Amino acid sequence: MATLNDYLLVSGLLFAIGLAGVVIRRNIIVVFMCLELMLSAANLSLISFSRFNTINGLPDYNGQMLVFFVITVAAAEVAVGLAIIVALYRSRQTIHTDELTSLKG
Amino acid sequence: MTLAWILFYLPIAVAAVNQLVLRRNPLVPYLATAAAGACFVTSLLLLGTTETSGFSWATVGGLDIKIALKLDHLSTGMMVVVTGVGLLVHVFSLAYMKKDEAVNRYFCGLGLFMFSMTGIVLSENFIMMFIFWELVGLSSYLLISHWYHKDSAADAGKKAFLCNRLGDFSFMIGVLLLWGISGSLTFEGLKSWADGGGVAAASTGVLGAAILCIFGGAVGKSAQLPLHVWLPDAMEGPTPASALIHAATMVAAGVYMLFRLQLSIGAEAFAGFAGTTIAWIGGLTALLSALMASQQNDIKRILAYSTLSQLGYMIMAVGLLAGEAGMFHLYTHAWFKALLFLGAGSIIYACHHQQNIWKMGGLLRKMPITAASFAAGTAALIAVPYVTSGFWSKEEILTAAYNGNKFLFVIAVAVAFLTAFYMTRAFVVTFLGKPRSDDASHAHEVGPFMWIPLAVLAILAIVSGFGFVSEKLNATRPEHTANTTVLIASIATLVLGVGAGFVLYRGKESDPLSIPLFRDRFYFDGFYDNFLVRYFQDAFAAIIHFFDELLINGLLVGGLSRGAVSVGNLFRKLQGGQLQAYSFAFGLGVILVIYFTVF
Amino acid sequence: MPSYLFWLFSTIMLIGGAAVVAFRNPVSSALSVVTCFIGLAGLFIGLSAFFVGIIQILVYSGAVMVLFLFIIMLLDLKDEQKRAKGFAPLAAGIGLAIAFVVQLIGVLSRTPNKVAPPLDAQSLAAAAGNFVPGTKIAAALKDGRLPDVHLIGHTLFTQYNLPFQILGVLLLVATVGVVVLSKKQAE
Repeated sequence: MATLNDYLLVSGLLFAIGLAGVVIRRNIIVVFMCLELMLSAANLSLISFSRFNTINGLPDYNGQMLVFFVITVAAAEVAVGLAIIVALYRSRQTIHTDELTSLKG
Repeated sequence: MTLAWILFYLPIAVAAVNQLVLRRNPLVPYLATAAAGACFVTSLLLLGTTETSGFSWATVGGLDIKIALKLDHLSTGMMVVVTGVGLLVHVFSLAYMKKDEAVNRYFCGLGLFMFSMTGIVLSENFIMMFIFWELVGLSSYLLISHWYHKDSAADAGKKAFLCNRLGDFSFMIGVLLLWGISGSLTFEGLKSWADGGGVAAASTGVLGAAILCIFGGAVGKSAQLPLHVWLPDAMEGPTPASALIHAATMVAAGVYMLFRLQLSIGAEAFAGFAGTTIAWIGGLTALLSALMASQQNDIKRILAYSTLSQLGYMIMAVGLLAGEAGMFHLYTHAWFKALLFLGAGSIIYACHHQQNIWKMGGLLRKMPITAASFAAGTAALIAVPYVTSGFWSKEEILTAAYNGNKFLFVIAVAVAFLTAFYMTRAFVVTFLGKPRSDDASHAHEVGPFMWIPLAVLAILAIVSGFGFVSEKLNATRPEHTANTTVLIASIATLVLGVGAGFVLYRGKESDPLSIPLFRDRFYFDGFYDNFLVRYFQDAFAAIIHFFDELLINGLLVGGLSRGAVSVGNLFRKLQGGQLQAYSFAFGLGVILVIYFTVF
Repeated sequence: MPSYLFWLFSTIMLIGGAAVVAFRNPVSSALSVVTCFIGLAGLFIGLSAFFVGIIQILVYSGAVMVLFLFIIMLLDLKDEQKRAKGFAPLAAGIGLAIAFVVQLIGVLSRTPNKVAPPLDAQSLAAAAGNFVPGTKIAAALKDGRLPDVHLIGHTLFTQYNLPFQILGVLLLVATVGVVVLSKKQAE
C-alpha cells in the first residue's frame, strides 16, 4: 500500500518537473503546459489529503471540491491564456520568450 | 557686555543686509557708514571696561573652544583705532568711490573687514583669532581685487592671499605647538600657565619654535621679510581700502597679535633666539623697505614701502621685548598713515587717477587743505620732535633698540634718516615746483567728504602722541624715558634727511638719483616670479591637477557616477524582459521562503 | 490501490511530465501532457476520487489539451530552436527543481507518515448513519458502495453553492474575454 508520503513525493516531483519546464522552455505554449502540470501536482496533493484524512469514515470532500474548482478555473485560465498567446502572435509573429523582451528596463 | 556683542555683530549684519537685501540700492554706502559710526561710538563707550563673555563654539572631548569677546585695556584701545580709522575711511570712500560701479560691493567688503578685524582684536583665544585672521585675509583679498577686471588687481589679490596663507599655516602650527606645550588656547589660560612657571619649565627650543611659528603668521599679515612682497602690490585696490587695511589696521594685526602673546606668556618667553630673530627680521624689513621706498615713483607704493618699514619698527620693538613701544607706534602710525593714504587718495582723485609723483607737482597751491594735512602726516611719520605723535612712539622704539642691541639701533637710526629723506622727496616732488602734466595742472581741492576726514586725521596725527590724548583713548603707552643719545640721533637724522631731500629734489623735473637695486625692490619679486613660481608653483599645480583629475574627478565624482550607472545596469539586468529569468527568480524566492519558514 | 498500480501510474505520470519538458516539438509536448494526465487520473481513481479522475481525463486531456493542440496548429509552430548561447537557463531550471525536491524530501522525512484509512463495506455502512435514511447516498453506503458522484454533488450544492454560481459567472466572463481578445483588432 502506498503511503501518504509516497503520494506527496510523487506530487512534488511532478511540481518540480513543471517548475523546471517553466524556467527551461522558451516556447510560451509549452511554458503554459508546464504551468498546468504544476496545478495538477497540487491537485494530486489535495486528493491525497482528502483520501488520507477521512471524516466519519468517508474521504474529506472539501479537498475534492477544491480540486474541482481548480480544474474549472484552470480551464478558464487556459482559454484566456491561449487567446492572449494568439493575440501576441498576431502582433509579434513569435511566441518565443527570448524575443518577447519589451518589458526590458 | 551687550555693547561689545553689538560692536561685534553690527558690521557683518549691516554688510549682510546690504549685500543680500538692498543689493543695488543707493542707500548702501550711507548705511555702511552709519554702521561704522555706530561702531566707533560703541568702542568709545567701551573704553575702560574689562570683561570677558562668550559661548562655546566647539567642544571636543576636554577641549572647549569658545567664541568669546575679551575686553581689556589693550583690546578696547585697539578697537578705537580700528573703528576710528574705519569710520573716517568710510566717510572718505563715500566721495572717493561715488562713481564706481561696484560701490556696494566695496562697502560690503569694508563691513566684512570691520567685522573680522573686530573679531581679531576682541578674541579671547587663539582659535577664534585664527578664524578671524583668515577672514581678514579674505576681506583684504576682496578689496584688493575690487577692480578684478584689471589683471594686475586680480593678480595682486591672489598674491596677497597666497602670501597670507603661507603665514597662516605657520601661525596655525605655532598655535598648535603652543597648545601642546601649555595645554591652553585662551590668553587667560596661557597667562596663568606662564604665571605658574610654565615658561621656565618648557623647553626653550620648542617654546622658541612655537613663538617663531606664530610670528610667521605676523610675517604674512604684517608683511615682513620675506613675505613682504604682497603689500606694495596690494596698492592695486581702492586707495581708501589701502588706507584702512594695508596701512592702518590689518597689517598691524600681526603686531597686535604678537603683543597679545607677549602679554599672555610674558616677555621673558621671547628672550633668546626667538626674540632676536623677530627683532632682526623687523629691523631688516625696516631698512630694506625704506631703501626701496626712496626710489619708487608711484605715490601709493612709496607709502606702502613706508608702511612696511614702520611695521618693521614695530616688530623689532616686540622682538626687543618692548612690545608697549611697538603697540604705541602702531597706535600713532595708524592715524598718520591713514592720513597719508587718504591724502594720497585725494591727490590721485584730483589728478584723474594719476599715481606717478613725477607727473604731479605744484599741488600745494591747488589743494591747500590736502597739502597741509599731508604735511602734518609727513611730519608725524618723520617724527618731528615734540610736536608730532610719531616722535613719541618712534623715540620709544629707538630707545628700546639702544638699550637692547646696538646694531639694531644703528639700523633704526638709518631707517629714520631714510624715512625723512623719502618722505621729503615725495612731498617736494608732489606739492612743490610746477605741474608736470595736464592732470596735475587741472587738479583742484576735493570736496568736504574727503577733506574733513583728512583734517580730523591731521589733528590726530599731531596730538595723538601726547599723554593726555593717548590715555583717553586707552593706548598702550610706555613710560617716556629721555635718552640724550637717542634724541640727538633722531634730530640729526631728521635734519639730514629733510635737508638731503630738499637739496636733491627741489625744482627737479626727473629723478636725479637712479639706483636700480632699490627701484627694483632688491629683485625679490623677480626671484619669486622666476624661481619660486615657475619651479614650485607650476610643479605644485601639476600635482594638484593630477589629484583633481584622477582622484576628485576620476574617482570621487566620476567614480560615484560610474558606480551609480553600474548599479543601475545591474538592476537593468534584473529587469531584462526575460520571462525565464523572472520565473527563475520567482522560483528561487519560493524556495528561499520555504527554506526560511520550514527549516 | 495495490502498490504496483501506484508505481505504474506514478511512472507514467512522471515520464509524461519529463517528456513535456524534454520534447522540442510542441505537439509532442502536448501529447506528453495528455499521457501525464492519464497517469494522474489513474492515481486519482486509485485514491477513490472517481469523479475527479474522470473529469481530469474529460476536461484536461479531452478539452484543454485539444485546445492547446488547436492553437499549436493554428500558429503553425515549428520545433523550438536550439539555444543560441549557453546552458545557463537549463542549469538554472534543473538546479531549481533539484533544490525543490531536496527540500521536499527534507520536509517529508520529518512529517509522520500515514497509511490510508480503510474504505471497505464495513466502514462505509457505518458512515451511512450520517445521511438521511432512504436517500440514494444512504442506500448506496448501506450496500457498501461509495456513491462518489452523489457525495460530490451533495457537497457542491449544499456547502459550495455560492462559489459554484460564481464559478459559472467566471466561465462566462472568460468566454466573453476570449472572444474579445481573439477578434481581429481594427487597424
